[in-house]
Amino acid sequence: MATKKYLLGIFDDEITLMKAVKGVRAAGTKIYDVYTPFPVHGLDDAMGLRHTRLHTAGFLFGATGVLLMFLYITWINTVNYPIIVGGKPYFALPAYIPVLFEITVLSASVGMVIAYFVRNGLSPIRQEPPLDSRATDHKFVVAFDAEELSGEMDNVKELLAEHGASEINEKEID
Amino acid sequence: MNMSEHFQFTSGQKRNAFILMGIGALTLVIGIIMALSGNHTMQEKIWTGILTNNMFFLGLSLAGLFFIAVNYIGYGGWYVTVKRIPEAMSMFIPYMGVGMLVILIGLWAHWHHIYHWAAEGIADPNSPNYDRLIAGKVSYLNKPFFTIRIIAYFAIWTFFAYSLRRLSIQEDQLGGVSQYNKSKVLAAVFLIFFGITSSSMSWDFVMSIDSHWYSTLFGWYTFSTLFVSGIAAIILFTIFLKSKGYLPQVNQEHLHDLGKFMFAFSVFWAYLWFSQFMLIWYANIGEATAYFKARLDHYPFLFYMILVINFVVPFFALMTRNSKRQMGTLATIAVIVLIGHWFDYFLMIIPGATGNEASFGIFEIGLTIGYAGLFLFVVLKELTKTSLVAAKHPFFKESLEHHT
Repeated sequence: MATKKYLLGIFDDEITLMKAVKGVRAAGTKIYDVYTPFPVHGLDDAMGLRHTRLHTAGFLFGATGVLLMFLYITWINTVNYPIIVGGKPYFALPAYIPVLFEITVLSASVGMVIAYFVRNGLSPIRQEPPLDSRATDHKFVVAFDAEELSGEMDNVKELLAEHGASEINEKEID
Repeated sequence: MNMSEHFQFTSGQKRNAFILMGIGALTLVIGIIMALSGNHTMQEKIWTGILTNNMFFLGLSLAGLFFIAVNYIGYGGWYVTVKRIPEAMSMFIPYMGVGMLVILIGLWAHWHHIYHWAAEGIADPNSPNYDRLIAGKVSYLNKPFFTIRIIAYFAIWTFFAYSLRRLSIQEDQLGGVSQYNKSKVLAAVFLIFFGITSSSMSWDFVMSIDSHWYSTLFGWYTFSTLFVSGIAAIILFTIFLKSKGYLPQVNQEHLHDLGKFMFAFSVFWAYLWFSQFMLIWYANIGEATAYFKARLDHYPFLFYMILVINFVVPFFALMTRNSKRQMGTLATIAVIVLIGHWFDYFLMIIPGATGNEASFGIFEIGLTIGYAGLFLFVVLKELTKTSLVAAKHPFFKESLEHHT
């Protein structure tokens, strides 16, 4: 596997980090990713991340699940094996609703979990070494793809230093 | 002091509120004249209209108080920028106390027959009015206890609303956290009291109309109606004030959270509606199904319409993130939800109070417009009394920085 090279700007707190992310983006440099020990509010907007489409997928999963289940129980209760329960008609919509509700939740949630893992490529057997292990504890790391930066590497380093990065590292990962 | 922090109730707005009230008063006077000249239907329409509107606008004002109390207890910070709106709404409680007093006077004076349990001799086996089912309930459903309960509700609710409001205004001048701490204690005590009274008031005012029928879920169901319509009203006031250039601190994030509340509690309302309906439908006990039979047989359109506009419409319209962040969509849905929940109360009350042939027409619209005028006038008047910004609230900064 080819080696990938990253430029890492390390920050001590999230306030400097936010300013740096905004500053770097204003200068037109593309950020690869940001790693923080805890969720930082407003960071996704500052990074210019596109909103996730996971909830749209969730809606479609839920809608598909509820529709299929509706057809299925209707078919069972009216065609395949009609029995009278509690004097109710075969097609007893109120009695279906709890089932339909549960299947909506189930198919939407399971579908979203699967879509999430398929899209981001994570799985229990996949190891993703952290670019800087301190980002899991107390440091805030802004990562750049060194290939994309190419000639601008020195400019970006300067920019990071200007915005208060405590360290600027380069890291290679195979 | 910044001008945009103080709401100016312009004379034009006052005039409009008075016009609305005037329409309501005119409708009522014409209605009373028609009733006195022997129009029996109109007499029933008047009392049903008064009770429906009392319940609806009492719900809005109680929701304001509940919203504040629940945020005190839950350490809510985001709502501080809009805090004055529910506060002003809660000031409407005593007005609805007067409204319910009218119902009480009517009950003692035999001007209306909304409450069947109040009929003479209902618990007397020798009377022609004797009703065995109601006779078993007279220890709760009797006129003196009913009167005491209602007076107690309004006295205590008003006490809490005024106390929380006073502390909030004091906080603006003094700063510090002592008002906040006191408010938290008051809010906690209020919530315990409201937990019981929000149920019992719905039994008293609404469920006892169908005296034979009862549902253990009814209190919760009315509570959800009350809360979701209250949130819709808060949203409309917020958008109104913003459109006039007030509340610059309120941004999309706050609207988003209010929208989430409206979405979530519309779903919650539907959940309770269905829970009540399905158990009764499934068990199929005559005594219990009578409630839904009267509504389904005689008001099928209203019955299904309420489900559509209180659940289906807000559910799909507020599902996406963007729709909750746009004032236009949010305001439209809030208006729809308010109309839907007005009809929700209407359908709870009307078959028992007026009968199976009741109609909805100009009288109901006129009366509701009058109530709305009074509500708007009182709430906007209350908003002028203090700064729109609760700037000394301990969570004010958090609210400014709020990000969903």
